[in-house]
Amino acid sequence: MNTNIKTNLKKINTLLSVSALIFASSQVHAQDLSITVTNLTQGLHFTPIITAAHASDDHIFMVGSAATAELQAMAEGGDISGLVTMLSNADADTNENPAGGFLAPGMSTTYMLTNEAANTHLSMTTMILPSNDGFVGLDGWKIPTETGTYTIMLNAYDAGTEANNELINGGGAPGVLGIPGAPSGGSGTDGSGVTNTESNTMIHIHRGTIGDDDTSGGTSDLNNSIHRWLNPVAKLTVTIQ
Amino acid sequence: MSTLSLVTKSSLIKSKLTVITTLALLLSACNDNDDQVVVTPPPAEYSYSVTITNLTYAQPLSPLGVILHNDNKMWMVGDASSLALEKLAEGGNNTDFLADSNAIAASSSEGVILPGTMTTINISTTDRMATYFTAATMLVNTNDAFSGLTGIDISTMVVDDTKSWNLNVYDAGTELNSEAVGTIPGPADGGTGFDATRDDVDFVGYHSGVVSQNDGLYSSVLTQAHRFDNPAIKLTITRTQ
Repeated sequence: MNTNIKTNLKKINTLLSVSALIFASSQVHAQDLSITVTNLTQGLHFTPIITAAHASDDHIFMVGSAATAELQAMAEGGDISGLVTMLSNADADTNENPAGGFLAPGMSTTYMLTNEAANTHLSMTTMILPSNDGFVGLDGWKIPTETGTYTIMLNAYDAGTEANNELINGGGAPGVLGIPGAPSGGSGTDGSGVTNTESNTMIHIHRGTIGDDDTSGGTSDLNNSIHRWLNPVAKLTVTIQ
Repeated sequence: MSTLSLVTKSSLIKSKLTVITTLALLLSACNDNDDQVVVTPPPAEYSYSVTITNLTYAQPLSPLGVILHNDNKMWMVGDASSLALEKLAEGGNNTDFLADSNAIAASSSEGVILPGTMTTINISTTDRMATYFTAATMLVNTNDAFSGLTGIDISTMVVDDTKSWNLNVYDAGTELNSEAVGTIPGPADGGTGFDATRDDVDFVGYHSGVVSQNDGLYSSVLTQAHRFDNPAIKLTITRTQ
């Protein structure tokens, strides 16, 4: 009697898991994504972009959490090599540096990404220049199963790893204070430094740069008419084929 | 007498039956949408009401220009502004913008839209190709900031359908954001509006906000009151006919 019930339950379980598998296979499969990143700003450059499809539990950054060393290297100096290794170890599908260097203000770059069935979530990041540790980010966007074109507006985040002193001194290595450069020009020199502290060491929405109108002094080397921004700073257009 | 009453009864029954049959027919007309051949003449008119709300503190908006057109965009991030858009964004004059060669129908609000107020305008066409929608307005206490949207597909809207957006601010890229005396047409300055000289990046992007004299641009005619953030306007379109 008991054995019979068990056998029946086992049968039901098997049936359920078979139908679950059938359901899953009809819902989740490799998808071809055509992705366009647009730099919406008029005065900020984006460093090499990294985009990845990964498992739902994985993140390249999370607001309210401390940055990993890999994210810090990207946010302070535009170096995505650590993130590439991290994503590769997590069996993510990645696209590196689609613009072949900077994505200049107002410019767009389009690229393909094919995700494995298990890689259901999309993330993307790139450093904002000039900034100390400002970056653009998308954290774990669930890739829709339905074909179509989706638009996502992206905000600027602060990695929380470096004081926003706004001084351009070539400092791009992790832990080195300063901004690597201002590719769009318009920057100044000999600023005294906006701040030397970063009390919020968790990833947060960037408060924006302050800049000043003094090209040879003041507190900031950034130009307040060129290097500020309002969110959103980037647009991601994802076409699922 | 009895025969008559019988006839009356039977006619009563008949009329009751007629009522029932009519009801049944009405019901079937209501429910049976799939198989019925309904001959509806194509709507002769496509009418919409467009409501704009000024969300800013002290940025009056120039008269809202609204256009119905075929698949087309009147501006793109990264592309140079048209001369007509430049005139709208620098001087608040939408005359040329509404006269765009792609415009099938065009309409403008009568006056400026003051902060904290809303205005509704109507636009109508009989042209079945007019399935895209564009709207634009200048933030008049700026050099060349405008808000709006362009090339929005409204072909699927039926009567009483509503779409609504909170919209960000663009920079036409045609005039340097000097905020200088004499360069801003709004009440903050009363300066020049449109000037054919293009002395800025010459592509449309998202606006970085006004700096103002209170926040480090000492040559600015603008004050803290003229600062804005995204979104700056709310736009609602309703199909009315």
